[in-house]
Amino acid sequence: MTARQWRLLWLAAAVLAVGAATTLVLRAFESNLVFFYSPTQVAAHEAPTTRAFRVGGLVQQGSVQRASSGLTVNFVVTDGAHQVPVRYTGMLPDLFREGKGVVAQGRLDGSGWFVAQQVLAKHDENYMPPEAAAALQAARAGAGTQVASQP
Amino acid sequence: MIAELGHLALAVALAASVALALLGLGGGAWQQAAVMRQVSNMVALQMAAVTLAFGALTWAFVATDFSVALVAGYAHSALPMTYRFTAVWGNHEGSMLLWVWVLAGWTSALAWRMRGAHAVQRARVLGVMGLIGIGFLAFLLFTSNPFLRAWPVPADGQGMNPLLQDPGMIWHPPLLYMGYVGLVVAFAYTVAGLLQGRLDAAWARAIRPWTLVAWAFLTVGIALGSFWAYYELGWGGWWFWDPVENASFMPWLVATALLHSAAMADARGSFRLWTALLALLGFALALLGTFIVRSGVLSSVHAFASDPGRGLFILAFLVLVVGGALALYAWRAPAVGAGASFQGWSREGLLFGQTLLLMVAAASVLLGTLYPMLLDALGLGKLSVGPPYFEAVFAPLMLLVMALMVPGPLLAWRRAAWAWPSRGWLGAAALALALASAVAWWVPGASWATWAGLAMAAWVVLGVARHVLQWLSQPLPRAVRWRTLRGAKGGMWLAHLGVAVFAIGVAVVSTWGHEQDLRLRPGEEMAVGDVRLRFDGITMAPGPNYFAIRASLPMLQNGQTLTTLQPERRLYLANGQTMTEVAIDRSLWRDVYVALGESVGNDAFAFRVHHKPLVNWIWLGCLMMALGGLMAAVDRRRVGPAEGTA
Repeated sequence: MTARQWRLLWLAAAVLAVGAATTLVLRAFESNLVFFYSPTQVAAHEAPTTRAFRVGGLVQQGSVQRASSGLTVNFVVTDGAHQVPVRYTGMLPDLFREGKGVVAQGRLDGSGWFVAQQVLAKHDENYMPPEAAAALQAARAGAGTQVASQP
Repeated sequence: MIAELGHLALAVALAASVALALLGLGGGAWQQAAVMRQVSNMVALQMAAVTLAFGALTWAFVATDFSVALVAGYAHSALPMTYRFTAVWGNHEGSMLLWVWVLAGWTSALAWRMRGAHAVQRARVLGVMGLIGIGFLAFLLFTSNPFLRAWPVPADGQGMNPLLQDPGMIWHPPLLYMGYVGLVVAFAYTVAGLLQGRLDAAWARAIRPWTLVAWAFLTVGIALGSFWAYYELGWGGWWFWDPVENASFMPWLVATALLHSAAMADARGSFRLWTALLALLGFALALLGTFIVRSGVLSSVHAFASDPGRGLFILAFLVLVVGGALALYAWRAPAVGAGASFQGWSREGLLFGQTLLLMVAAASVLLGTLYPMLLDALGLGKLSVGPPYFEAVFAPLMLLVMALMVPGPLLAWRRAAWAWPSRGWLGAAALALALASAVAWWVPGASWATWAGLAMAAWVVLGVARHVLQWLSQPLPRAVRWRTLRGAKGGMWLAHLGVAVFAIGVAVVSTWGHEQDLRLRPGEEMAVGDVRLRFDGITMAPGPNYFAIRASLPMLQNGQTLTTLQPERRLYLANGQTMTEVAIDRSLWRDVYVALGESVGNDAFAFRVHHKPLVNWIWLGCLMMALGGLMAAVDRRRVGPAEGTA
């Protein structure tokens, strides 16, 4: 083969390799995106039933219930307008508290429970996870427009 | 009074930076020797003023002067003395002041090291440093002034985030900033070189030690952050692909590519444009990292406060600096010329491939980090990118880099004859595969990734060993050997071995590490690896500014008590925040890690227990890399001007 043919071969191989790598990267990227939904969106069936997502808001007062054995805990996440019941098995983060902000990652099971694999901690008492804060705000804004449109 | 003095000092420092930029760049452009001589004075003035400001803020924290708003927000009268010092940078404003102080330090070091350099080059490089100084000092003064007063003066402060009340806080931020900001030196040299239209071997030689030192600091800083998160957060993970971690990791990847590329440019004169581009991108990513962390777009322990004005300021500065530098690059690059040519199958060729892979890795991290922020900023929805993405993309790239690490240093420069590798090399490859296969075969639970990681680690170790053996077989005087061993070559070996140690740690702990959440009542036992833990009960333990409950768990092996693990759960009095303090039995071979959770009723408590084989190899490997980098940085043969002039 001539030098020119060699170069072309290298070029073709490089293009193929880069193309294959890009495809793999983008596929990995697409399948690992975790979307965030507010309780209102979950109640409106906007959340996916087949893949994992995040839900966030406040832990409703008086909703935390522990199983008598094991580490399963049930609680309700609310954005003020709608509620999502969450079940989680494991150790809760330090700052998990009723009435405080929380973000849970997991899936919906068939019966309306959100089964969390992970409950995310916030790092600071005064700091609300931005997703949770946005959900609360959206719900409040939504409630506001409803009130305004009722009369 | 002291606070006002600090405020004034910051204003003086800003003026000094403006003067430094004007005198340096102007004096350089018009070659005015008298003007350029003033540059050193401005550097000294900037350093003195920033040091004074930093001292003033430190004094305010140590004396808990709650009339300073920052002190009232982040300190407390019960805060132990050590943490009053670290509280200085345990908040947004103070940490930016630390940033600027480190920048002034690097500028001073640069001015000192360059005292014998060509006057025009020196003035220009320091002038660029002055420009960066202007940006950050203006940011401090106009958006993040640490010296604002609080009125009325509160009786006590709000206290420091308990997560930050840890010895890690003493070392992690300063070391990380030393690395982050240190990348500015290569940037300044490159911009000055581009302005001059000359990027020669002397330029490559000059940026190499600076980049190595900055890289070594960055390595230790990141490793320390990881180590800290591992024991402080109570989750037992060592890397979360959190945007803040990525923000420091991307510059690290680029700096790694840069220091290798600069070594090539130094040794061979090739790779000049690529090295220049890497130098610009390295600091650009450090700036981007600052934007990500400081703009308040994140929910993280690093995001102290959100203020859109700050984010906008850094973003504008970022666009200005990076856009300006890249435009300069596009304009001047053709005049510089690419340097010596080389063929694909040569030492340069493989090294170029590796730096390219590192850049692809950095780009993939960038995609995963910025995409959620971009979507959020555009109002298109909130999402996060899961760690599996980063792992899936990152692991293969790094395995390829490791595969290329071994043959690279052995190939001929410029072009190597295409030949079958020697029998020794085939043997080393076979041995590496055999070792990894043996481990993967004997220990159940191994995946392809484990096998590949171990094989590549063995390949790198064998490669370094062979390299060393070859070197030992040459007849050299003892003094020469010693110089090589503690110099650039020895540093390279150590750093490459560090990569292997790191890879082994990652492969083993991610495959055979074990985590379990469970509830235990007093008297109950559980098995962890080859030991057992018994929960004996809870005691009360008051601390200086918190109140703790402490669990006592003797660690038993064959009925013998080896040690007692005492994880705590602390309630900090200043802000009522609860924190877990984990207990770890560390060894080189495995960690046993226990975190105490909340009371779950009936005297029972929740526990998180980890068994982490070889987890400490991860940080050990990082330390080896950093030490190797420092050894190469101080290699006299490369740094000193003596050889160049002789």
